[in-house]
Amino acid sequence: MWSFAFRRALATIPTLLAVITVCYLLLHATPGGPFDEERKVSAAVLANLQAKYHLDQPLWKQYLYYLNNLAHGDLGASFRYEDWTVNELVAKALPVSAAIGGGSILIALVIGVLLGTIAALRQNSAVDYVVMLFGNLGHAFPSFVIGPVLILVFAIWLKLVPSGGWNNFEPRYMILPMALLIFINVATIGRVMRGSLIEVLHSNFIRTARAKGLPTHTIILRHALKPALLPVVSLIGPLAISSITSAVVTESVFSLPGLGKLIVNGAGNRDYTLVLGLVVLVTVIAVSFNLLVDLAYAALDPKIRY
Amino acid sequence: MLLNNRRDSLVQSLGDTLDTVVAGRSPWADARARFFRNKAAVVSLCLLAVIVLVCLAGPYLLPHAFDSADWDAMSLPPTLKNAHFFGTDESGRDLLVRTLIGGRVSLMVGMLATLSSVALGIAWGATAGFIGGRVDTFMMRVVDMMYAVPYLLIAILMVTILGRAFYLVVITITVFSWMDMARVVRGQTLSLRSKEFIEAARAIGVPTRRIIFQHIVPNLLGVVVVYTTVTVPGVILTESVLSFLGLGIQEPMTSWGVLIHDGTTVMEISPWMLLFPAAFLSITLYCFNYIGDGLRDALDPKDR
Repeated sequence: MWSFAFRRALATIPTLLAVITVCYLLLHATPGGPFDEERKVSAAVLANLQAKYHLDQPLWKQYLYYLNNLAHGDLGASFRYEDWTVNELVAKALPVSAAIGGGSILIALVIGVLLGTIAALRQNSAVDYVVMLFGNLGHAFPSFVIGPVLILVFAIWLKLVPSGGWNNFEPRYMILPMALLIFINVATIGRVMRGSLIEVLHSNFIRTARAKGLPTHTIILRHALKPALLPVVSLIGPLAISSITSAVVTESVFSLPGLGKLIVNGAGNRDYTLVLGLVVLVTVIAVSFNLLVDLAYAALDPKIRY
Repeated sequence: MLLNNRRDSLVQSLGDTLDTVVAGRSPWADARARFFRNKAAVVSLCLLAVIVLVCLAGPYLLPHAFDSADWDAMSLPPTLKNAHFFGTDESGRDLLVRTLIGGRVSLMVGMLATLSSVALGIAWGATAGFIGGRVDTFMMRVVDMMYAVPYLLIAILMVTILGRAFYLVVITITVFSWMDMARVVRGQTLSLRSKEFIEAARAIGVPTRRIIFQHIVPNLLGVVVVYTTVTVPGVILTESVLSFLGLGIQEPMTSWGVLIHDGTTVMEISPWMLLFPAAFLSITLYCFNYIGDGLRDALDPKDR
């Protein structure tokens, strides 16, 4: 197990390096340097500035400097926000995104597994239809359509919650964005859980358990649930990535000061270092999530040999 | 003698029935029949055809241009006055015409990005599957990597750096939508290479070129068609997200994503600005999903 974990962890390094390198090269393919647009500085000052930021060095050396900084956890300085480093901006934004995204995934996992299980056990019942309907709706309507409609109905017409904004983790402001993310995630999780449990319930060892005369709840809780949960576990990785991705949309829709909003603003302002830093950070998060999920899967699934 | 006669006539009649039943049903005719039995898929296909036609022809039939302001009719709710059937935005531009023009752009981006990503995916997957060995391993590692990265963020980085011209948006979307196709085509090529009917064809001396075009390509075509239909809504969705964030199609040009974004800014006073474009986009995505499902059921040889 440990050697498998080690090998699997090593395999993430090429992915990370590839992403960082491609993004870095993309960034440097653009004409112009960071000090071009500012008010004209004398040639000597410019040379000093460039020397300080290693801009006078060849590209491969700059790249190595950048990698070195990254390895020390330094994402660089922002091009647009004066007096802010990317690290400071991230430190402010990350808790918001983590609370909204992480919280809603956890809640969605509980609700989704529960609904999916009920739907699988009572096929063609009301719960089943609701799960399938949710699944279809969440599949067809993009979050930037559902989000505004939620605001329209619950914030503007019914005036139950604020239409957006953020006030230091005050729950009122977290309800709508979390509701949106929970809805979308429950749609996916419920569908997968329903399908996999139905499949497991049709397998031979469940028939054997029934033939032994075990009561239904024992069969489900002790025998069916664990193998049926495996596809859901493997879903957590993509869900984590998609919730980071959809944070870009939800945070714009609900004007939350999270990572997604930061990256969209950075892209709008052409704040290259900020966007690059955020992409690198999010890729690291996504890749480590995939790694953790793979390891959990390997530990849970008795069929996997490593 | 009598028995013989009787048998002959039996064989004759059996032959007649066989002739009538079996007469000329190719696998494609089979698939078409299966597809048209699927009501949801057929309805979706008709609906989609209507949307495409309306988007193409509509702007010519309406009296307004998508970027001209009607100063007497600003922020109008849907009305018959001046033929503003969907109402107007705050600068008096007709929403119906803008929705149709936006539809043209969204569908156009969807089509172009799908074509290029399908081409890239087929080339990548077929090469990997056909060459095999180390090349295959490396090429599929690249695909795995592409899956592992948060594509939307890198797409945002790309449009930030490269710019937001129409063709750059198409390229950016293409870069992140070819992997499904590559995987499927590779898998199919691998399994086809070792199938008995390919071996049989080879054994009776069918030339390689004919094997590829007569046996391998038609079998690839099924999955390619299915995954193309599945790619389209994803691509349109990505374009809409980018445009919604203000990073895709730029003013004065418009797309469904741009219109939905504009709609969210004024939905408090004029919700129709949000609801009409959102409905068009959602219906289109829904149609593509159902058509994709229908095609998969029709063309998947496993489910017969």
